[in-house]
Amino acid sequence: MSGGSDAVAPSSERSWPLWEVFVRGKRGLSHVHVGSLHAPDAELALRNARDVYTRRQEGVSLWVVRADDITASSPDEKDSFFDPAADKIYRHPTFYDVPEDVEYL
Amino acid sequence: MTDVNQPHQPQAAPAAATASSVPTADYLVGLADDALVYAQRLAEWMTNAPQIEEDMALGNISLDLLGQARALYPYAGSLDGTGRLEDDFAMVRDERQWRNVHLVEQERGDFADEMARLLWFSAYQVELHTRLAGSSDDVVAGVAAKAIKEVRYHLDHATLWVCRLGDGTDESQRRMQAALERVAPYVAELFADDDASVLAAASGFGVLPSALEEPVTRRVHDVLSEATLRAPDAPSWRSRGGREGVHSRPMGYLLAELQHIARSHPGATW
Repeated sequence: MSGGSDAVAPSSERSWPLWEVFVRGKRGLSHVHVGSLHAPDAELALRNARDVYTRRQEGVSLWVVRADDITASSPDEKDSFFDPAADKIYRHPTFYDVPEDVEYL
Repeated sequence: MTDVNQPHQPQAAPAAATASSVPTADYLVGLADDALVYAQRLAEWMTNAPQIEEDMALGNISLDLLGQARALYPYAGSLDGTGRLEDDFAMVRDERQWRNVHLVEQERGDFADEMARLLWFSAYQVELHTRLAGSSDDVVAGVAAKAIKEVRYHLDHATLWVCRLGDGTDESQRRMQAALERVAPYVAELFADDDASVLAAASGFGVLPSALEEPVTRRVHDVLSEATLRAPDAPSWRSRGGREGVHSRPMGYLLAELQHIARSHPGATW
């Protein structure tokens, strides 16, 4: 997958870049990743996202981001990225006695 | 050409209809038939568009148009006194009883052909429904007010693609220009005043088609100039007769595909 919009591909459909789609629902506070799609440019990516992901009134706001522009952690780095957090229980606020008359904590 | 001299079934005698409500019903059937026939053509793009995303986009537009037709048919059936519902209009009428323009019944061409057709038809629908929203009839005004939001999006979709194809590569511009020339002979029929629309417009119920020609043409030409395309040459012939039930060859095949299940199994439900 070259992803480059100006890459010379035998079939134009294969040269359309991939876009990641984020939708904010009616009651949502933040945009949530819902999937991806192909489109030749940002304007059409936004419309494709509308047609593919919000046909049933799922959202009130849409973001599209070129998949190439996302820097992601690699599955190979999973251990060094995430495992060290597993045994640091002191990072969780679990050592306090909660007074009985405090609600909603 | 399809044989237009075949006898067609006489309309059921309008029992409760007044003399003036039948032409207004005919006017509505014309609008609904445009929407349903074009919905059928657009649905053919499912699995055939350049991308699955475009399948979805054209499928959505098709369903919007289907919804417009479904809202209009039963109301036409109540106005003309026949009590016909949406399936009565869609599934059992013969070709001569359909009142859509030739533009929407033409076979699916290439993607540029479809964008040229969608550009003209959606620009026409935007101007039409904007005016119908002020109709003297509450039902018509309500259907139009809902449709405006839909058809603006259809026009936006066609505009984006016509601009990209026109102002794209030499090949895409050549094919987009050729598509505009192929669609051109079918455009004038959208703006032809037939008896039903003249009567509907006179009562404030409908819109005179010829009044839409200037604003629709201006919209389309604005898009073409942005897309670095030429307005097509004046066509050497023009389609006509759709509103009187005289159709072109593709219409019979379209109806066969649309109606054959309902006609093979009358009254079937699931």
